[in-house]
Amino acid sequence: MKYVDEYRDPRVAQAIAGRISRQVTRPWVLMEVCGGQTHTLMRYGIDELLPPEVELVHGPGCPVCVTPLEMVDRAIRIASTPGVIFVAYGDMLRVPGSHADLFQARAKGADVRVAYSPLDAVKLARTNPDRRVVFFGVGFETTAPANAMAVWQAKREGLRNFSMLVSHVLVPPAMRLILSSPSNRVQGFIAPGHVCTVMGFSEYEALANEFRVPMVVGGFEPVDLLEAISMLVDQLEQGRAEIENQYVRSVNYAGNVPAQAILREVFEVSDRKWRGIGPIAESGYRLREAYAAFDAERIFGTADVSADEPAECISALVLQGLKKPLDCPAFGTRCTPMNPLGAPMVSTEGACAAYYQYRRHA
Amino acid sequence: MCLAVPGRVLSVEGEDPAFRIGHVDFCGVRKTVNLAFTPEVVVGDFVLVHVGFALTRMDEEEAASTYRYLAQIGALEEEDFVLRDAGGSMS
Repeated sequence: MKYVDEYRDPRVAQAIAGRISRQVTRPWVLMEVCGGQTHTLMRYGIDELLPPEVELVHGPGCPVCVTPLEMVDRAIRIASTPGVIFVAYGDMLRVPGSHADLFQARAKGADVRVAYSPLDAVKLARTNPDRRVVFFGVGFETTAPANAMAVWQAKREGLRNFSMLVSHVLVPPAMRLILSSPSNRVQGFIAPGHVCTVMGFSEYEALANEFRVPMVVGGFEPVDLLEAISMLVDQLEQGRAEIENQYVRSVNYAGNVPAQAILREVFEVSDRKWRGIGPIAESGYRLREAYAAFDAERIFGTADVSADEPAECISALVLQGLKKPLDCPAFGTRCTPMNPLGAPMVSTEGACAAYYQYRRHA
Repeated sequence: MCLAVPGRVLSVEGEDPAFRIGHVDFCGVRKTVNLAFTPEVVVGDFVLVHVGFALTRMDEEEAASTYRYLAQIGALEEEDFVLRDAGGSMS
């Protein structure tokens, strides 16, 4: 059996970086889509291990970051409604909306609680029949089956006091947007390992074929990412554009079939607005009509809440790989993790926050 | 939130596949995990857990290694998987 600690062994990392240097004959621009992968790349300085020909740009893969301002505003309005227990993943509490975040709403008296799992919110609804419990359902395809199952369980149990504020986004439509842009620079993608654990990688195969761009499903540890980069450079140098799987210890072609079944049962694909990017067609999930009774947006009538993003933030360009965080004049001055102007500085897994945390602003 | 953490299934209960749960040990921290997406899982298996759901089975060595990595980068504290032992033994 392969000794798995080699996935972060510096000698192995150096050896793969050396291999990439020998493979590469001209410049290539590669993008990782997942915020967890961005974090690993910055933390271990993998971009600095690579030959100068290989440029890494960072994609929109942090669900906390891309949740639009107005969804946070809607969350705050619902949370501030008397009798509501508003439940969210911990990272969502400090995401700023237009005027405040959920922490501040809690300080003003809203009953905002952190849950590790959406099933914790279902349990709260069960044990608090006189309160309305609302869960903030955010995330990519990795998290969506869990949120779908929470709604499904609530319906099955006949819980009338549970609902979900759904703000789910999907990775492939964002990649399609990036690839379709006339100014696109990305020539190869590291596909997100845990999203593909759930969804498999047929959608990425289709994108690789349609846009003639190589894709490698990658893991999250330093050597995973170096291996994925090496596989991409190999494909590019040889003129191939295929889907390959580096993260075989977690991902197979079909993905998690039961998880996909509950997704199809509860959610349907819908247009979604992405913080920093704007609306993307068919890029997320909403609840199916059969689950409308669990839709917090309908129950609390929040459709009128909308918000514009700060004009100074260049996150749309950062999230599409057209600019790097350091290209932004506000980076580290008017925009910091404590006082973020926009999406990629909001969560620790955002590209700007990762650059900030690992001192690339020095 | 995006973290997936490996743990070992200590016991399993529930007949209904959608509500089947496992009691899972994460190096001393125990959590209840929904097994609806991993119907093949049995007691003693290692699973990769995300927001209270097992996403996939893993082998023991991969699980131990991934756990050590998450401990090393400080990711476990963020998600309330507090370590009892910094070595992160899975057994």
